[in-house]
Amino acid sequence: MMDKYTFLQKIGIYSSLALFILFMLLPFVEMFIASLRPLTHLFSRPDVPVGETMTFMDFMSRFYSDKMSFQAYRDMWVTVPQLPRYIFNSVFLSTAVTFFSMCFIVPAAYAYARFDFRGKTISLTLFLAVNMFSGAVLLIPLYKLLRVYGLLNTYWAMIIPGVAFLIPTGIWLLKSFLEKIPYELEEAAFVDGASRLYTLRRVILPLAVPGLIVVGVAMFIGAYAQQFLFAITFNQDRDYMPLPAGIFEFIGYQDVLWNEMMAASLVGILPVLLIFLFMQKHLIAGLTSGAVKE
Amino acid sequence: MSNLIQMLKPKTKSQTTTLFAWALIAPAALVMFWIVVWPLYETFRLSFTNSNLGTLMGGAEYIGWENYEKAIGGRKFPSIVTRTFYWMFLSVGLKIVLGLIGASLLASNIRARGVFRALVMPPWIVPIAIGCFGWLWLYNGHFGLISNFIEMVGITDGPFSFLAYKQSAFYSAVVTDVWIGTPMVTLFFLAAIQGVPRDLYEAAYVDGASRWYRFRRITLPQIMPTIVSMALLSAIWTFNSFEIIWILTEGGPRGGTTTLIIDTFKTAIFSYKFGAGATRAVLVVLILGVFSLIYLTVLDKLNKRYGYSGVQK
Repeated sequence: MMDKYTFLQKIGIYSSLALFILFMLLPFVEMFIASLRPLTHLFSRPDVPVGETMTFMDFMSRFYSDKMSFQAYRDMWVTVPQLPRYIFNSVFLSTAVTFFSMCFIVPAAYAYARFDFRGKTISLTLFLAVNMFSGAVLLIPLYKLLRVYGLLNTYWAMIIPGVAFLIPTGIWLLKSFLEKIPYELEEAAFVDGASRLYTLRRVILPLAVPGLIVVGVAMFIGAYAQQFLFAITFNQDRDYMPLPAGIFEFIGYQDVLWNEMMAASLVGILPVLLIFLFMQKHLIAGLTSGAVKE
Repeated sequence: MSNLIQMLKPKTKSQTTTLFAWALIAPAALVMFWIVVWPLYETFRLSFTNSNLGTLMGGAEYIGWENYEKAIGGRKFPSIVTRTFYWMFLSVGLKIVLGLIGASLLASNIRARGVFRALVMPPWIVPIAIGCFGWLWLYNGHFGLISNFIEMVGITDGPFSFLAYKQSAFYSAVVTDVWIGTPMVTLFFLAAIQGVPRDLYEAAYVDGASRWYRFRRITLPQIMPTIVSMALLSAIWTFNSFEIIWILTEGGPRGGTTTLIIDTFKTAIFSYKFGAGATRAVLVVLILGVFSLIYLTVLDKLNKRYGYSGVQK
């Protein structure tokens, strides 16, 4: 009864929802349309004679041309020959960042989820405090640090800061997953004579696999998203450049090749979009578990 | 053996437990020390020097508070700080309002909710930089969708370059920032709304409370902890927001979108004035420090009152 809507209410809900989603998806739709339009069409404003206003039909003509094609998706590899390399770099960097950050996150999250020890609250708070700083305020010393170790203009220049800034979030996320595994299981393993590390490896980890996957995917998406700042600051070598930085090459001195730039952007977001599509249910549940009172 | 079992029991703080726990945390803690704590200290140190490209690796002179006097006394500084806070309040406010609307819509009893929920997510999932390239094209003056649209509707009588004027560039950046931040806020609100016990609504419904009344008197108070903590967290991230402004306008036109973070980046990385840049970074850290303190105190209060554990990115 309570959840029944009148016809008008239904229309209201669906149309507001449509507006909301239109706002969220408009840039992607427009990017896709732009990627299909030939450059000459992109750079032709709807013809409006002097003194007259643009009509609806004039406006609509910007969305369609009979020369629309997927040509930009072929040309972009020629305009920016390094493009495959950039895409590879993006995926490679995110994978590496995910792998290394998980190596640090798993043991720490386990400790926070399972034990009560001296300095627990304060150290956890300090970890979380790191989330308050963006990489931008630490760029200068990080630049210096990476230069001292000779890591500027290498993959490491983007991996190391990337890992560091993902660790706190990762620990926090995984901790809430691990807390849900009953500790009686570990107790049983101990009674049978298993060591602490053996228990972690053989009892806890297998049970934590769903949580590990969600946290891993969240780290991958985070790593994919944060590449830009570190890439433009710590790396000048085009061989190691990730896609978001590489896309700037479509902005020439004369023209911006908008159609190819949009095509490359859309191809570049495919990896994260695919992962998200397969994982979205678990991902949303995992990420928002903190929002619900227990 | 009993010692091991004892160790796992909550509320025991034996020596071995502490040692073992810290051994597990140590690698992560060391990375944080290396990449965050030390650089933070170094930023403070550099902020009192005249370090530049030539003296980055050593040889910079200690110049006391000069950088601070120059930064805070600078002609543009007050307007940059005001702009940063205005940017933050406006953007966070919009994200919260839109998030509440979006979450309420998604929580309503309609078909294909899961599909709608997934469709809201992309701005959050996609790299910020790439989303911004899309907006760059949308804001284009002659050929952009928005400019063409408002001309068709009759708001303007010619092309309008959104990113070319101080005011419009600022609000355009706000819209993009809201676009990127809203999905996450929406999702957390949605999860919170779905966690509100249904019998509360049923009782109110039986008593004849309207939908709006139920939203105001049940939903809002029940999800208040989530609203507060999302508002504070998103304030911190919005304050730190760099890529959106940098890709759309690089802080221009004529400084119209320069926030503290952009100013820090421009001074340090683009002008190679590392000392002066570090000073601005320290000011950002101090402001954020105050914010974090507020955040942690509020979280602690909420925790005690509602048994609430907080949200993370």
